[in-house]
Amino acid sequence: MTGGPVTEQPSEDAVLARFEAFVAEGGKVEAGDDMPDAYRSAVLRFVEMHANSELMGVLPERDWLMRAPTLRRKLALTAKIQDEVGHAQLLYRVAEDLGKSREAMVDDLLAGRTKFHNVFHYPTRSWADVGIIAWLVDAAAIVAQQALRDSSYAPYARTMRKICWEESVHIMHGRDIVVTMATGTTNQRDQIQEALDRWWGPLMQMHGPRTPRERDLDLRWRIKAKSSEELRQEFLTIYVPRIRELGLTIPDPVLRFDDDAGTWIYTEPDWDELRRVVTNHGPMSEERLAFRRSARAETAWVRETILAAPQAA
Amino acid sequence: MTRGSDTLEPWEVFRQEKPGDPMRHGGSVLAPDPELAMHYARELYGRRQESVRLWVVRRADILDLDDPDLLQPPLDRSFKKPGGYVMREKLAAAREAAGQAKPKPRAARKVTPT
Repeated sequence: MTGGPVTEQPSEDAVLARFEAFVAEGGKVEAGDDMPDAYRSAVLRFVEMHANSELMGVLPERDWLMRAPTLRRKLALTAKIQDEVGHAQLLYRVAEDLGKSREAMVDDLLAGRTKFHNVFHYPTRSWADVGIIAWLVDAAAIVAQQALRDSSYAPYARTMRKICWEESVHIMHGRDIVVTMATGTTNQRDQIQEALDRWWGPLMQMHGPRTPRERDLDLRWRIKAKSSEELRQEFLTIYVPRIRELGLTIPDPVLRFDDDAGTWIYTEPDWDELRRVVTNHGPMSEERLAFRRSARAETAWVRETILAAPQAA
Repeated sequence: MTRGSDTLEPWEVFRQEKPGDPMRHGGSVLAPDPELAMHYARELYGRRQESVRLWVVRRADILDLDDPDLLQPPLDRSFKKPGGYVMREKLAAAREAAGQAKPKPRAARKVTPT
């Protein structure tokens, strides 16, 4: 942050006001810069939740590694899982520089003190779910992530540029699975439709309920650029036509674009379900966290070896 | 005996996308020594064949200067930039005095058949 030397000690409010004006003008904050504590914790919370979601998000896909229908699909899914874990590592690194250790972040995640995205609390019932997740869950995520490439917190913005580039491959991988099944046997078509029916609700909840812009501090501080409703509208604009062109039916009879209002009208997502699920009361929350806990215990020796003092020659 | 996680330190990673490109900052990794730092860098910044060269630098070894008084002094330095030289009117006056027409743009001359 710029600003020149401070001659007298300004009040906390004055510092915050000056900071808000700085980011509102497009100012960027680097890891070592002075920043208000409230901003630091808001960025940390945001990035930590994102990192948690990348880490937990591979578990539903992991279930299908040994059941992928062809070798090429298996390689692609393996690469995607590797990418997502890589994203978790990049994001935990960004968060660490804000003052919380990776150890503490994983502790909090596994103890249920911090959250991960709603969509990763659900089971995958068939290979079609893998396609729908890679296509539409990643698409909904990338709509949000593209808006983060200009975040006021510059290390996060830079990381998001790399992540978006990788996610765009995942979307193609997922779309290819969906298109292949949509042009396959009746059974395959049915499976894709059933997967869409299962995932539409969580997808519509994914960006969260509408919040008034002025009350959203993440927006005011330019940590993110778009509100949850803007992201949902953008997702619908791009993906509803792409879903419908495959002959699939979106399970929302109310869904339509209102030309006069210039917005999508849709059935109100089940916000109670969202709240239940992200507080780890989803159908797979406990099982996935338990899996992570046991994986962490099993790999403890790796971390201990890495941190062990070098042996004298 | 363990070194403990406090021996981990940040290393900045720079990557070159193709030969001849500048080394660009990619991000950072946390590692206890240079060897592991390079392994992590390769895993996170070279896994997809997106780099032809990686540099790993201990963050503590980087000298940082961002003092605006030194780097962005509030003085008129336009004489250091091409845009600081505006001569359109003087040039027009010179042409008029010399009885010369304004030369045609280079692209237009090129397509003229000879």
